[in-house]
Amino acid sequence: MAVIETPIADRVVAAPPPRRANWGQMIRWLLLFAGGIVMVAPLAYMLSASIKYPYELFDLNLIPKEPTFDNYREVLGDSRFARWFGNSILIATLVTISNLFFDSLVGYTLCKFRFPGRYIVFIAILSTLMIPTEMLVIPWYVMSSKFGWIDSYWGIMFPGMMTAFGTFLMKQFFETVPDDFLEAARIDGLNEFQIFWQVALPLVRPALAALAIFVFLGNWTAFIWPLIVTNSVDMYTLPVGLKSFAVEQSVDWEMVMTGAAVATLPTLIVFLIFQRFIIRGVVMAGLKG
Amino acid sequence: MSVFRDPTIEQRRIRWAWTFLALPIVFYVTIRFWPTADAFVLSFQKWNLLKPREWVGFDNYVTLWNDPVFWKVFRNTFVYLIIGTPVSLVIAFIVAWHLDKVRFLHGTIRALYFLPFMTSAVAMAWVWRWFYQPVPIGLFNNMLASLGFSQVAFLNSTSNALPAVLAPAIWAGLGFQIIIFMAGLRAIPVSYYEAAKIDGVSGLTVLWEITLPLLKPTMVFLVVFSSIGFLRIFDQVFNMTTNDPGGPLNATKPLVLLIYQTAFGGSFEMGYAAAQTVVLFLILLIVSLIQLRILRDR
Amino acid sequence: MKLHLKTGVMAAAMALGLGASAARADVEIEYWQYFFEARVDAMDKLIENFEAANPGITVKMTHFPYDDYRTKVAAAIPAGEGPDVVQLFYGWLNDYVDAGLIQPLPTDMFPPEKIDAEFFPMVQAMKRDGQYMALPTAVRALALFYNKRLFEEAGITTPPATLEELVADAKLMTKTDGAGNITQEGLTSGMTGQDHHWLREVLFRQFGTPPYNEDGSVAYDNEAGAAALQWYVDLQAKEKVTQNTFMDEAQAAFKAGRAGMHIDGSFRIGALKSTRGLDWGVAELPSGMGVQSNYASYWVNAISSKAEGEKLEAAEKFMAYITSDEAMQIWLETVGELPAKPTAALTPENEADPVYGPFVRGLSYAHATIFADESGQRNVLVDAVNRMLLEGQSAADALHQAAMEEQAILDKYNAK
Repeated sequence: MAVIETPIADRVVAAPPPRRANWGQMIRWLLLFAGGIVMVAPLAYMLSASIKYPYELFDLNLIPKEPTFDNYREVLGDSRFARWFGNSILIATLVTISNLFFDSLVGYTLCKFRFPGRYIVFIAILSTLMIPTEMLVIPWYVMSSKFGWIDSYWGIMFPGMMTAFGTFLMKQFFETVPDDFLEAARIDGLNEFQIFWQVALPLVRPALAALAIFVFLGNWTAFIWPLIVTNSVDMYTLPVGLKSFAVEQSVDWEMVMTGAAVATLPTLIVFLIFQRFIIRGVVMAGLKG
Repeated sequence: MSVFRDPTIEQRRIRWAWTFLALPIVFYVTIRFWPTADAFVLSFQKWNLLKPREWVGFDNYVTLWNDPVFWKVFRNTFVYLIIGTPVSLVIAFIVAWHLDKVRFLHGTIRALYFLPFMTSAVAMAWVWRWFYQPVPIGLFNNMLASLGFSQVAFLNSTSNALPAVLAPAIWAGLGFQIIIFMAGLRAIPVSYYEAAKIDGVSGLTVLWEITLPLLKPTMVFLVVFSSIGFLRIFDQVFNMTTNDPGGPLNATKPLVLLIYQTAFGGSFEMGYAAAQTVVLFLILLIVSLIQLRILRDR
Repeated sequence: MKLHLKTGVMAAAMALGLGASAARADVEIEYWQYFFEARVDAMDKLIENFEAANPGITVKMTHFPYDDYRTKVAAAIPAGEGPDVVQLFYGWLNDYVDAGLIQPLPTDMFPPEKIDAEFFPMVQAMKRDGQYMALPTAVRALALFYNKRLFEEAGITTPPATLEELVADAKLMTKTDGAGNITQEGLTSGMTGQDHHWLREVLFRQFGTPPYNEDGSVAYDNEAGAAALQWYVDLQAKEKVTQNTFMDEAQAAFKAGRAGMHIDGSFRIGALKSTRGLDWGVAELPSGMGVQSNYASYWVNAISSKAEGEKLEAAEKFMAYITSDEAMQIWLETVGELPAKPTAALTPENEADPVYGPFVRGLSYAHATIFADESGQRNVLVDAVNRMLLEGQSAADALHQAAMEEQAILDKYNAK
């Protein structure tokens, strides 16, 4: 038992048992498949537009008569895009690391330690789930301008460095870690941080992965706060940059679509590669969180 | 955890616990609780960032109450919820229910439905905005035109614009809901279905009597989760209506966009905006509580 | 050691007679404007020239998308973050002065009498208590852009001189598909673009009502005003020569070659020049009922209240340079905006220029709206047109409601 398994999540990624093939089953499959095609059609049209020349941009054909990567060359050659891309990766990564560490540390502490005030701390953290971010942006903004955090990476990142959702999720998963393991480590002479870091944390690796997916995706697509807190074009994250790029380009829809594709493709590709893993993570986070 | 512990070890552990919690507590107090309190305080003040804060009692709330735009926005916010939540949950359930019974290319089909969830709302808002354009550039209208139908004003209409803006939000969220429904469906023990089969109960009855009741926890979660999402819609609206944010004639403006405009749209009415955020907070709180109450009781 | 070296270098510089500015420690001042490619390019050139002439001073330019610009400036300066020299729309001046965001220009470097005499009279709106608060590099007016290829195709030889000709020409260039959808518009329209200025300062006057009274209150809520609004809405509703959502934005439709005519400001010249394959011309705005009018506006530069000490000194120098004749000429060549001094703008050369000519001539009969809240006042007219187009409200009712709303904005502002 090296890793605590979550059976439901595993069952979701598995294909259902075979059924007898009949007409009903075939129609069901066809309809589902057609629905799936409709679901990805917007993405397909976005990609199609991004490799079209303007003259056939508004035709309905999905496969361009004359595909071109000129649009990508122009968008990726635009130094701002590279910068926004880098900003988003950096910010999403740092915030994710911070969440992984602090959320699990707090979740672990609240789960495995008995001390006066534990319940109050837990309820207090949990209660922040009720507060919408939109309520906090004004005070955050005021705070940022007071401390000179406006238009800085830290300014974009600080509100999300820890989340109640992640803390709660990790606490739930630490419940599945048997106390005996920790006790054994304690007898071996490890200190409490070592027990957390070397014994408990590796046991909840799947939960960490689930949390990482959510936090990263959330920060990668975050819009309203980066929009408010950034000033200069150099500090924009990809969504904020994309918005200003799109407003600027309004006539050139092929450029707007290429920009959208650049902002979307990385996560789509990551998903296609790690599909089972990501869906398992989503189920775990969704059901426990 | 052993019941009998050496008191000094006990104390040492408590010290460890508070050490672990020290930084997080500072974080939650300064970045969550203090700002929350500040938002409440600010909602009773007048402040444009430039002059000192000034107490005005309930003035901001009175202004809000008398502002026709606020009531329009209030209504829109609930329309987003009232259309968004049921439509997305019904579609998600139907897809999940059938997907659960399909083995051939199961993973591929699931991926097709899930992909939009991995996209950025801003990017997709622009993609859909292009789709909604009138002839000769908009994809949807070009399709309609090529089939011989007259074009539809998607975004430039007081009645169509809100559903048009909502559609990409529903579309992007479906994948997540389908997966959660699938998890719920698979958590139902197979023995229940087998028992029903032996009793010769029809498929629809199984759905109604077994599946749906047992899915209740999943549904409670999804209803609350997606409702909160629709009540807080912003990215799609803001990006699809940049020429006249929340327009035409405020037909698409949700509360969060109103807050953004009040606070950061030029006049910096921070106190007034804070009062609007308090209203948002109350709406979210009340809607969640009502949903939990209704769905738990049934 | 390091210190000694520096002093040595300074002494050497003094000895070489490089002047006081080189001897002083480097000063960096920050300049802010909104993002518009041509403006950024022009400012880059000005900064380069200024830095070459003033060693020891560096200017750092920051720019933002137009949408967010106003917000960012007003938030940053009180936080001690923002620019030393800032560009702002003339209509925002009151807000900035009231909020203490900018400081008056010193009278020794910027003597008011001299400015009064040299700049276009509308610039005097920038004066407070006998001191200028801000100065423009350039002014801009509206004109009618037209697509030469579409003109030729429709057999139109000269641009329309009157509103009647405007409609007639637009009809000739409008194309629809089988279902009656517009596929090419004769004239672009879009209240969120420049049309609200056209309606406010041009059409209202042409139909016989000033937009505002002497005391600044709303004056257009009358039959003439309603007739003007009706005429504007009829371009789309009755004449069907335009569609306000066509190609998403008016300027986009014109740029894409899908519109015959387009009313826009001189700031569009740069963007159109860089559009390949578009052959376009410019004409003065058509006259209506024998009246010619135009809307002029300008962006001004001001020194923010944040600048003090040597930064203030550097900021003043920079201000003086960017409002000089040389800067105006560079601005005209790069951005296409007209010099803010009649002596520099109304030259025979400029008046004869096929592109700048119509704008320059327009300036002589142009009006500048004194805005209290530009975006709010814009929205009032945007909504009035939408109420007519989308909800079938009558012109008189739509305009009456607009007048009430706009007056409320003005009252709220004046009560402050």
